[in-house]
Amino acid sequence: MERSLGKDITATLIVSALLIWLLPMMVATYTLTVLVIYGMLGLSLGLIWGFGGILCFGQAAFFGLGAYTYAIAAINFGESTVPMLLAVLVPLIFAAVLGALMFYGRLTDVYLGVITLVVTLILFKFVNSTAGPQYVIGNARLGGYNGIPGFQTLNVPGNPDAYIWGDPYFYFCAVTLVIVFLLVTWLLRSSFGRVAIGIRENETRMALMGYDVAARKTVLFAIGAAIAGLAGALFANWGEIVTPGLFSLGQSAEIIIWCIVGGLGTRLGPILGAAGLAYLKFMLGQQSLIDNTLITGLILVLFVLFLPKGLVPAVAAPWKASFGRARRRPHARQRRKARHG
Amino acid sequence: MDLSFVIAVEVLYAVASLVLISAGLAVVFGMMKVINLAHGEFMMLGGYTTITAVGLGVNVFIAMLVIAPLVVGLIGLIVERLVIRHLYGRLVDTMLATWGLSLVFIGLATMIFGNTTTGISTPIPGFAVGDYQISGYNFFIIVVAVVLVIAMLAVLRGTRAGLIARGTMQRADMAAALGYSPDRIYMATFFCGSALSGLAGAVLAPLVGLVPTSGGAYIAKAFITVIAGGPSLIAGLLSSATSFGVVNQVFTFAISPVIGEVALLVAAVILLRLMPQGITGRFFKGKL
Repeated sequence: MERSLGKDITATLIVSALLIWLLPMMVATYTLTVLVIYGMLGLSLGLIWGFGGILCFGQAAFFGLGAYTYAIAAINFGESTVPMLLAVLVPLIFAAVLGALMFYGRLTDVYLGVITLVVTLILFKFVNSTAGPQYVIGNARLGGYNGIPGFQTLNVPGNPDAYIWGDPYFYFCAVTLVIVFLLVTWLLRSSFGRVAIGIRENETRMALMGYDVAARKTVLFAIGAAIAGLAGALFANWGEIVTPGLFSLGQSAEIIIWCIVGGLGTRLGPILGAAGLAYLKFMLGQQSLIDNTLITGLILVLFVLFLPKGLVPAVAAPWKASFGRARRRPHARQRRKARHG
Repeated sequence: MDLSFVIAVEVLYAVASLVLISAGLAVVFGMMKVINLAHGEFMMLGGYTTITAVGLGVNVFIAMLVIAPLVVGLIGLIVERLVIRHLYGRLVDTMLATWGLSLVFIGLATMIFGNTTTGISTPIPGFAVGDYQISGYNFFIIVVAVVLVIAMLAVLRGTRAGLIARGTMQRADMAAALGYSPDRIYMATFFCGSALSGLAGAVLAPLVGLVPTSGGAYIAKAFITVIAGGPSLIAGLLSSATSFGVVNQVFTFAISPVIGEVALLVAAVILLRLMPQGITGRFFKGKL
């Protein structure tokens, strides 16, 4: 929040343009695309958890919902523009209803976590059991644990035969991520974002100042879900199949791990955490000596024990202390409180 | 008549298995306020311990009721010393660390036992009631659950150790001032909680094909039951296990097992929305 908005946008654009130009020279764009998508998914939880203090155990539910919405709509419409919009809208509405149910009931931390977890499980179990031919939406069979393959992938709006895939698809995803990132930046600088951070710091105080805490949390929750839904639609396009695994608890766990490792309360942390850990997983997937899950788990335990603030704040703090201009640091106690919502 | 008997047994069995699944977590979460997301993996380890012990020629009941709780309790002890004792009072951090632990256990189990389904056959034969066949093992589970609840009640209310443990969970500083070491008591309580999880996993092992990721099937149910139960340990456990068990079985019989599972989860969401403090936050106040 220190720099002006203009400077922030310029810096973001320059850095991201450089990255989009340089990264394809080092890593295959097919892999990069999914890293970018995971980055967006990480950002969605980073927004509502890191800035809104809402620990959602079911971010994967919105991710999966976005992907399934896209797949089902794409089969029915035979083109991709309306399905993309639907893939953002459906999770948004779903999260708004779920959020209103929870936040107006004044549920907090543990209960919130359990309900979001349970909702994810319900979706997972339901979608997993829809293998029969009676589960059809329009022309699309839900397919149960086999998932839905063979839907229309992303095309140029208005021209269903001009597919966007391969390298152009990577650029499309990367630019979308940059746009979402800038929107999040703008949101956090707006009065809505500042109030959201205020609610994270002290809910009672914000309520006493006259803000409708439940409504604001619901809206923030819905925005996070919309971003996750967008990431889900992009993922569906990348993988060209959607499976119930998108809803799984493992997926939810991974999103939370990305945020913790990257650093909560930063915009960049969850994106870097997501891309970094997903790439690590990709590299580890090529060896069979040590089980993948074991390493993911170890990383999580070690980070919680030794580096609970995450990588980005841990790197940024000494950097600012030695190179930045002297300015008042937020009180340590407040920062710690922020993490516990 | 026969059908209603079968249904009654099935409902009782559903309640009993929920009690078993949740008992360990009720101790660890309900008493110690440690959100142990590795609870399901403790159960999974209990199952593997049983299968390994039976494979080595140990009597199946000794393996289930003695060896599995001890082994898993010891694993819990190590985990408590290494990780959890640094995180007491930090709710979210404990949750994340234990989630990491659960992944570690899944990884370890995959490396040791392989990503395949293993299992043992149920040691008690089934019998017929009229036209229906009932698994005798269901009765065993009901009996184990009843004995377990009575034992927990007896230990917590009747023994000095139970009193000290309850006192320490309420006011650790007072317990320390009276000469008890909260550190030790927390350690012992966590051992008991883990042992209960191991027991549950072992007893349920013959009913499910065990894979390293089996824990995930238990964890959500256990959590829902314990949280919906609310602050009273045993009254909460019993009341929420009963409500969820009945809902699950009614929908299972009426529609299908999948709908039964979904109905259980939906019931949990509605219940938590209506009673955020859990069932015993509203009813049975002050009971154990």
